[in-house]
Amino acid sequence: MRTRKITPWLYITPAVFLLTFFLIYPSIYTTYISLFNYNSEKFVGIKNYLYCFTNEIMLTSFRNNALWVIVFVPLTVFLGLIIAVLVDRVKYESIIKSLIFMPMAISFVGAGVIWKFVYDYRPASAAQTGILNAIRAALNLEPLPWLIQKPWLNNLGLIIVGVWIWTGFCMVILSASYKSIPRELLEAARVDGANEFKIFWKIILPLMKPTLAVVATTMIINVLKVFDIVYVMTNGNFNTEVIANRMYKEMFIFRNYGRASAIAVILLVLIIPMIIINIQRFREQEAIR
Amino acid sequence: MMKKLISTFSKVPLNLVIIIIALIWILPSVGLLVTSFRPSADVAASGWWTIFEHPFNFTWHTLENYQEVIVKIGIGKAFLNSLLITIPATIIPILIASFAAYAFAWMEFPGRRLLFIILVGLLVVPLQMTMIPVLRIFNKLGMAGTFPGIWLAHTGYGLPLIIYLLYNFISGLPSELFDSSSIDGATSFQIFFKVVIPLSVPALASVTIFQFLWVWNDLLVALVYLGGTPAVAPLTVRISALVGSYGQDWELLTAAAFVSMVLPLVLFLGLQRYFVRGILAGSVKG
Repeated sequence: MRTRKITPWLYITPAVFLLTFFLIYPSIYTTYISLFNYNSEKFVGIKNYLYCFTNEIMLTSFRNNALWVIVFVPLTVFLGLIIAVLVDRVKYESIIKSLIFMPMAISFVGAGVIWKFVYDYRPASAAQTGILNAIRAALNLEPLPWLIQKPWLNNLGLIIVGVWIWTGFCMVILSASYKSIPRELLEAARVDGANEFKIFWKIILPLMKPTLAVVATTMIINVLKVFDIVYVMTNGNFNTEVIANRMYKEMFIFRNYGRASAIAVILLVLIIPMIIINIQRFREQEAIR
Repeated sequence: MMKKLISTFSKVPLNLVIIIIALIWILPSVGLLVTSFRPSADVAASGWWTIFEHPFNFTWHTLENYQEVIVKIGIGKAFLNSLLITIPATIIPILIASFAAYAFAWMEFPGRRLLFIILVGLLVVPLQMTMIPVLRIFNKLGMAGTFPGIWLAHTGYGLPLIIYLLYNFISGLPSELFDSSSIDGATSFQIFFKVVIPLSVPALASVTIFQFLWVWNDLLVALVYLGGTPAVAPLTVRISALVGSYGQDWELLTAAAFVSMVLPLVLFLGLQRYFVRGILAGSVKG
C-alpha cells in the first residue's frame, strides 16, 4: 500500500495516547504510591502490603475471592456446557438460549435488585414475600436470612447471582464450539454402541478442551475483579467482603491511597498469569495466520 | 410411527429438564416485573406470585410506582444522564479504535508487534490499578464529576477490547482489496473510509452494542469519576443508592431497576446476533 512513513502514526497516536494516559501511566504510578502513606507524602516501604496480608478483613476478602473462584468458575462453565449440549437437541433451542443469555444484557446493579428480592427475609410471623423463604414457609421451615447468615450461606447467595449472570456467556461460547464438532463423529460412536454419557466424556469433552480453557480463564478474571454484586447486595458486610470492594472502600471511604493502591497491585498480580495466557494465545493465533 | 412415538416419549425427561432450567432462570426477573406494577400495600402483604391465583383479574396493577421513581425520586433524570454518558462514550472510542485497528492490521511500522502485544496485555488490567492517579489528574483539571471526564475514561478503558475485536475482523479482509485500491491511486484515508469502514459494518455493530451495554451497565467507573450527585449520576449509581435508602420498598426498587433494564433488553433482543458474534470473536479465535 502507498503510505508515507508518518501515516501509521497518524492512525494510532490518539489510541496510544489514551491508552498511555488511562492505563499504562496510572498502573505504574499506582504501583509507586503503594509504597507511600495514605496521602502519598511519606515513604513507608512494604507496610501497606503487610497490612493487606495481616488485616482480618483483607484476609476475609482473599478467602471470599478464593471461594468465588472455587464455586463460581466450575459452576458457570459446567452449567454453560450442560445447557449448550442439552438445548442442541430440542427445536426451541434459540428461545431457551436467549432466556439464559438475557441476564448478560442487564447491569449487575439491576441483577442485584432482582436477587435481593429473591432473598428477602422477614420474621417467621410475617408473610414471606421473597420467593425462597416463601418456599421454605410452604415446607414448614424457618425463614433463612440468606444474605446475612455467615460464613457460607451469604457468600454462596452472592455467588449464585454471579452464576445467573455469567452462565449465558459460557453457554454461548461453548455452544458454538459444540456445534463445530462433526456430527458424523458422534454418530459413529453411537453406532459402535457408546452411550450418551460415554460420548460426552470421551469425545465431546476432550474436543472442547481448548474452548473450555478459554472460558474458564475469562471467568477467573471476572471473579477476581468482582465488585458490583457485592457492593449493591451486602457492601461486604457479614463477612462477604471481596478484594475489589475493599479497594473501593480504602480509596473512597477511608481515603487511604497507599493501602488502596497496594490492594490494586495485589489484584493485578493475581491476574498477571491470565495476562500471560492471553498473550501466549495471541502469539499462537498469529503463528497460524 | 411406533418408532417416532418412542423417540418423542424418550425426549420427555430432556424437555422437562430444559424447561425447569429455563423457569429457574426467568423466575427472578418475572418477580421483579410483576412487583414493579403492584401497589405498595400489596407488595408488603403478599408475594408477587399470588397474582397468578386469579390469572384473569388484572385490577392488581398500577403505574404509580413508575410515576414515583421516574418523577419524584429522579430516575427519569438518571436515565437521561445514562444516555448522555453512554452515547458519546460509545462513539468516541469506536472512532479512535477503528483508525488504530486498521493501522495495526494493514500497515507496517516499527514497534507494531510490540505495541499490539502490550494492547493484548492491557485487555485484562483491572481498572482499580488506574483509578487513583486518573482521579488526581481529573481533580486538578476540574474534570471529576463532569461528562467529558467520564467519556474520556470510558474511551481509554474500552479501547483495548474494541481495537482487538476490530483488528481481528479487519485483518481478515482479503488483501487484494488493498492492493487493487492502491493501484488506482487511492490514499490510505480513502481506502479506510471507502473500503474498510463499509466492509466492517458487522464488526462495528458488534463493538457498538458491546461498548454501549458496558458503559450503560457500568457502576464502578461512574462511582469513582462522577460520584453520586443526582445532577450527573447515571442509573446504576442512583439505583445502588436507592437500595440503601429504600431497602424494603420493593415496589419502588423493582420499578427503578426495570427502567434501567428496558434499553439494554430492547438492544439485546433486537441485535442479539451481533452481540453473540462479538463475544465469539473476542474469546475463541483460531
